[in-house]
Amino acid sequence: MKMIERFSGIFLIAGLILLLGAIVSLGLVPALMVDRLNPRYGLPQDVPPAFQKHYATVTLYQSALLRGRDLYIREACWHCHSQYVRPVANESLRYGPVSTPGEYQTVLQLPQLFGTRRVGPDLSREAGKRSNDWHYAHLYQPMNTVPLSVMPAYPWYFTVGADGVPQPTEDGVALVAYLQTLGAAANATVSDPEASYVLPPKE
Amino acid sequence: MNAPSLIDYGIIKKHFYAFLFYLMVVLLAGLSYSLQFLQKYPFPGIEILSPGRVRMVHTMAVAFGMLANGLIGISYYLIPKLTARPVLSERISSLCFWVYNSLVIATVVMILAGFAQGLEWAETPQVLDPFIALAVVLLVINLLAPVWKARGETFYVSLWYTLAAYVWTPLVYVFGNFLPQYVFAGTSGAAISSMYIHDLVGLFVTPLGIAAVYYLLPVVMRVPLYSHALSIIGFWGLAFFYPLNSAHHYLFSPIPMWAQYASIVASIGVHVVVYTVVFNIMATIASDWRQLVDNLPVRWIFTGTLFYLITCIQCAVHVTLAAQEVIHFTDWVVGHAHFVLFGVFTFWVTAWVYWLLPRIWGRPIYSVSLARWHFWLATLGVCIMQVDLLAAGLVQGMMWKSLAPFIDSVQASMPFWWTRTFSGIVILVGEACFLVNLYLTWQQSRLPEPLAGEEKAVPA
Repeated sequence: MKMIERFSGIFLIAGLILLLGAIVSLGLVPALMVDRLNPRYGLPQDVPPAFQKHYATVTLYQSALLRGRDLYIREACWHCHSQYVRPVANESLRYGPVSTPGEYQTVLQLPQLFGTRRVGPDLSREAGKRSNDWHYAHLYQPMNTVPLSVMPAYPWYFTVGADGVPQPTEDGVALVAYLQTLGAAANATVSDPEASYVLPPKE
Repeated sequence: MNAPSLIDYGIIKKHFYAFLFYLMVVLLAGLSYSLQFLQKYPFPGIEILSPGRVRMVHTMAVAFGMLANGLIGISYYLIPKLTARPVLSERISSLCFWVYNSLVIATVVMILAGFAQGLEWAETPQVLDPFIALAVVLLVINLLAPVWKARGETFYVSLWYTLAAYVWTPLVYVFGNFLPQYVFAGTSGAAISSMYIHDLVGLFVTPLGIAAVYYLLPVVMRVPLYSHALSIIGFWGLAFFYPLNSAHHYLFSPIPMWAQYASIVASIGVHVVVYTVVFNIMATIASDWRQLVDNLPVRWIFTGTLFYLITCIQCAVHVTLAAQEVIHFTDWVVGHAHFVLFGVFTFWVTAWVYWLLPRIWGRPIYSVSLARWHFWLATLGVCIMQVDLLAAGLVQGMMWKSLAPFIDSVQASMPFWWTRTFSGIVILVGEACFLVNLYLTWQQSRLPEPLAGEEKAVPA
């Protein structure tokens, strides 16, 4: 029994075996289970009409979504907006259908953006809820659309033109394009899982 | 060159100074961020000081700046003392310090510049992750070399925790930063990264914190630890239950439900462990309650331990699915996190700083009165913050469930957020007393000779 107070026991049993056991049993097994049961799908294959002006081809639109995801991470949007709807607390009434494991198996969720805090509302069913223009106005100055909002403004995603009207930059458009796909992917059918693994080139 | 001395005080000083530096970074970043909630952010419209980015600086500076430096500094004292052997090399110690802290500074700068990684408690930019992993491995080799040389001996409890923590930390860092970033997407990634979120606190900060207390308490009180058997149960319970806590950060998420149930059971299992540790520490203090008043480090250890008990009882309550329905996603969790990382672990490290730094400088602490102000302001501040945020969490959760418009819950949170900022300022003032007090102590230690009649009562 002296082993439990010595190097060998602590190093091997506590340090390695118990941790690796936990990583396998509650980390890798559920991860692989979800991954196996739900084929990972790729990015949307057609450009919504509203974004055809900015992104003419599917490839450009797809890279814009990835760019939008990167901006969503860079600005820590996910620290105040979660991305999953729970089956409790009337969340399906407030936000939309309850989240399912498969809908998150996409490159846009690498890394996953579930989030753990809602200073603002959940965004996992955001697609199509509000117009693109609402999103631009809101990102430029949230208090203009929601007076009591505590969300920060993101003026650096806009340039003010000669007429004094702010216009979204390429990044601003990409961010809104990304927001408008959140939840839309849940309805997408997995047409060709093999092909969808191929990532579009990043700019 | 002379034979290396047992303890390298230079490296401990460096790590403690870094702890104090990041403490201020943490408090200022947290205070600025809290002002955003009041629509009074001091730097609006400045991209590199965007509140979202400052929030990530706040949390990363807590874990990787403040607590890591404090706890590593303690390890540099504790390991050589308990093994009677010096660490591998003082040069490596110094190298690790500079490399590691340069990486932390780089993390802060890059997060502000917009290169954060999208994983909670792992916002270190992806390009820095491999370097941090290497620096941590080097640090572990340096620190565990004397433990390896003493492998035939029976260790004191602090050394079990320290050894295990330094085996766990690199493993945890690697799987938590790389698997969800490159391998597992979505729900799969969440299963992995929830484990990382918990393990960073449970397998790095917690064991090193408990090790620090188990060492310091008997030393400053000059009494033996209450029970050896309890410490065995506590350690092995931690090693068994803590790593299994993972999915409790994403309850009711699409992660397989059996994994969520398992994590809830393990989280409640942690209780056995916590009570043994808390009882052991409290029973040791109970052998001489007077020291709670006279002995500054004992006071910090006692309060931290009391808070540890409170947060852990809180954890067992809010980890249940019934409570999760209401409090998940709310400020309740934020209150819990502040109470654990500030009220418990920062308090324990503070006990060490109060005990060791004046000792290294060879001078008693400059002002006992300032030290008392520090203690009471920090305690009061964190208690106000905890109660305030728990209440805010309940209000938010209930309002969301009631299907009131979301913005109504924001409006209802306002008074709580004002109180939170106020409590943060109380803490900031308290910690400013700490820094001033230490600075004056240090300044005195630079004087060649203590002046006659200037001797003060040594609080430690």
